[in-house]
Amino acid sequence: MNGIHDMGGMHGFGAVDRRSDEVLFPEAWQGRVCALAGYAMGAGLANIDAFRHAIERMPPDRYLSDGYYGRWLYALETLARERLGGDTTPERPEIGSVTREVNREPRFAVGDPVRTWNRHPQGHTRLPGYARDRRGVIADIHPACVYPDTNADGRGESPEYLYTVAFESRELWGEEAEAGATVYIDLFEPYLEALE
Amino acid sequence: MTAHHRHGSESPAIRTEAIETLLVEKGLVQSAAVDALVERYEQDIGPLRGARVVAEAWTDPAFRARLLQDGMPAIRELGFGDNTDSHVARLMVKENTESVHNLVVCTLCSCYPWAVLGLPPAWYKSPAYRSRAVREPRRLLAELGLDLLPDVELRVWDSSAEVRYMVLPQRPQGTDGLDAEELTARVTRDSMIGVERL
Repeated sequence: MNGIHDMGGMHGFGAVDRRSDEVLFPEAWQGRVCALAGYAMGAGLANIDAFRHAIERMPPDRYLSDGYYGRWLYALETLARERLGGDTTPERPEIGSVTREVNREPRFAVGDPVRTWNRHPQGHTRLPGYARDRRGVIADIHPACVYPDTNADGRGESPEYLYTVAFESRELWGEEAEAGATVYIDLFEPYLEALE
Repeated sequence: MTAHHRHGSESPAIRTEAIETLLVEKGLVQSAAVDALVERYEQDIGPLRGARVVAEAWTDPAFRARLLQDGMPAIRELGFGDNTDSHVARLMVKENTESVHNLVVCTLCSCYPWAVLGLPPAWYKSPAYRSRAVREPRRLLAELGLDLLPDVELRVWDSSAEVRYMVLPQRPQGTDGLDAEELTARVTRDSMIGVERL
């Protein structure tokens, strides 16, 4: 979805304050939320993609003001409200790898030129907005993985090959791009079309 | 008002208690297990694992080659990687050289190589870092004290999916006589994210 979480390239957030980093959990509740989220997902409250999408569905102002573990807390509340109503308890899922065997070869090879699709799904996706409808080159091929776009909203795992795609900075940012920079993004096969 | 109903205006600490109570009631979590996990996070050696991996790669060329080929099996050789989340498909390690510098970010959330670096620092999760690292990485690095020469190629890895990235920094000069422990001590977390060179 075109949400506040999709931050690549945005202006206005100022300088990076690297000094404010030394305490893992400045407040005790943050550590508890971190652990609670892990256990609740493991016990079947939601899969990781649905959890991420619950964060993305936050109102943008809350996303920015609640902080990292505040977002996790908000997402836990959302998922609990949506899924724990009544007396039902989620089934405990198989915890295992995110990679899947598929009966087909990857569509692309390293070095292939590709273009990303120009879609604006309302649901969860891993194609950042700044890399939509952009030309890149396949830099690496990874095993097929659970496809987050469908897994996030209950449409199933429908595994897809995952690629690392290299984008020249200028392709992404135009004339004002910094020279000599390449951005590598991990993208699922459906996002990509072959370029001649 | 409870977590059943809406996102309260109460403090996050109160809301956390409420959600924990609900999750315990529903049989999804046990508070003792949560206590134990929080403690484990807090005692986690974090980036020390990554530093040991780097020191090993500096001193053992065969290990370095395996590490750059596929990170997860290589770090398992050192006894690391068991605490990796199951939703991570691969760990890729990217090597800095005189002419190439690597930088890791996650623009969509804050994906981070927990297996080798522990939990991410606050700045890595900040909107400023996530928004700027892909658009103006050189300027950002310069602000953080790292001025890359213009002819150094900059590779930014946006970990948008199930692969995690770690940077293998260059071995500093004048470290020939150091043993593994001394080398490990020279490796900083930030050099393995790519906002610092050693």
